[in-house]
Amino acid sequence: MENLELIIDALPYLLEGTLVTIQLTFWSLLIGIVVGLPIAFAQVYGNKVMQGIVAVYERLARSIPLLVMLLLINYGLPRLGLRIPIFRAAVIGIGLRSAAYQSQIYRGAIQSVGGSQMKAARSLGMGKLKAFFYIIAPQAIRIAIPPVANESAIVLKDTSLAFTIGVVELLRQGEYFIATSNQPMVIYLTIAAIYFILTTIVNGGLSLFEKKYQIPGIGIEGGHSDAY
Amino acid sequence: MPTKHLLKIEDLHHSFGEEEVLKGISFSLDKGETKVIVGPSGTGKSTILNNIIRLVPPKKGKIYLEDIEITSAKKINEIRQQIGFVFQDFGLFNHLTAKGNIMIGLTKVKKMNKKEAEELAMLELDRVGLKEYANSYPSQLSGGQKQRVGIARALAMQPKLILFDEPTSSLDPELTGEVLKVMRNLAEEGMTMLVVTHEMGFARSVADELIFMEAGNIVEQGNPEKLFTDPDHQRTREFLFQLTDLYGAGEN
Repeated sequence: MENLELIIDALPYLLEGTLVTIQLTFWSLLIGIVVGLPIAFAQVYGNKVMQGIVAVYERLARSIPLLVMLLLINYGLPRLGLRIPIFRAAVIGIGLRSAAYQSQIYRGAIQSVGGSQMKAARSLGMGKLKAFFYIIAPQAIRIAIPPVANESAIVLKDTSLAFTIGVVELLRQGEYFIATSNQPMVIYLTIAAIYFILTTIVNGGLSLFEKKYQIPGIGIEGGHSDAY
Repeated sequence: MPTKHLLKIEDLHHSFGEEEVLKGISFSLDKGETKVIVGPSGTGKSTILNNIIRLVPPKKGKIYLEDIEITSAKKINEIRQQIGFVFQDFGLFNHLTAKGNIMIGLTKVKKMNKKEAEELAMLELDRVGLKEYANSYPSQLSGGQKQRVGIARALAMQPKLILFDEPTSSLDPELTGEVLKVMRNLAEEGMTMLVVTHEMGFARSVADELIFMEAGNIVEQGNPEKLFTDPDHQRTREFLFQLTDLYGAGEN
């Protein structure tokens, strides 16, 4: 009973933090798409120089722990004279790392459609761009949905690292409440439950989308995105 | 130089890196003719077809479609619309139904309206015997059915000629017959066709002319009956004998 009261008292604060967590996730994923897609295009259709540049970026982004990257951005950028709010610093760090992973997803999806369909489209007299939009993209998007759902859940959970540079998201709101109530377990469990509900919604939503646009023979059949 | 032939190839050369795969190929194709190119693997047969529609741009030589030189023509997409291509691996668009595969070229390239395109698609599907499969996706079709959709797709564009690049090579033996039958009908209806194949029965009974190629050169070309029974070159005899032995001489 006491615990329930505690949760009810904590909930407004936690939901306030949840809202920040959702915003962090949204902007980070958006950066991931906006940066990740051109990287994928550069890898598939670009020349050797472009491929080399994005390969280095990808290597770096995938090799440095997110926590270290956030600390570098938060303490490093001001030294270069760039003062940015911590929320933006977090979004840049999480987003740029996600871009590296998302680019892999998009590249794989584009390549898995295969060159023979591109050839066939060109043989009908379609230009490269037309062939990409009408033939490659509709299939690549379907193939990319399950791994994108997975990546979205990862980004959502990793926004909790923004806590370390001072962003008042879900976890830090919890910390504030623990400091006054001294009941860490109840609060942490509540936070865990909120993350669980959020990831379930993200995966469920994309899974519905996947099922709605399912075409026999494209993508991995059998609800791959249900697993996370 | 303009030409009266539908398709004319002059001194076509191609190489992949250091390796010269075509060493000066010349032949022509008239309206309504079916020519079959045979020869050992890796002799550049498919490269010729890919050179013609510039999926692989030729290194040297000239190709004419009627009186237009297409080797360096700028409007390659317009030229490709006039030349059908049937792929060894079908090249079907997996996110579209059989009907959709045929319609997309009509609506997006030829700018035909949807209703007209659909009617034409159904007509062509009927022509290859797949009307009932109009709404099936490629993954739901057998290899032979996929290739027939591939042929219907090429036909619907109403090309001046169709290039067939080993259309039955990735099919199980029991499925080649249905594809060859469709091709045989097309030849009889007067479609102009250039076919690369190992199907000797088809080559012998359908081709107006047989072209035997080896190591990037045309060894011999002429009436298929003559090449099969009384070739000028020993190498032609050896090759055709060997393949006939392997695949049978009879009708497919």
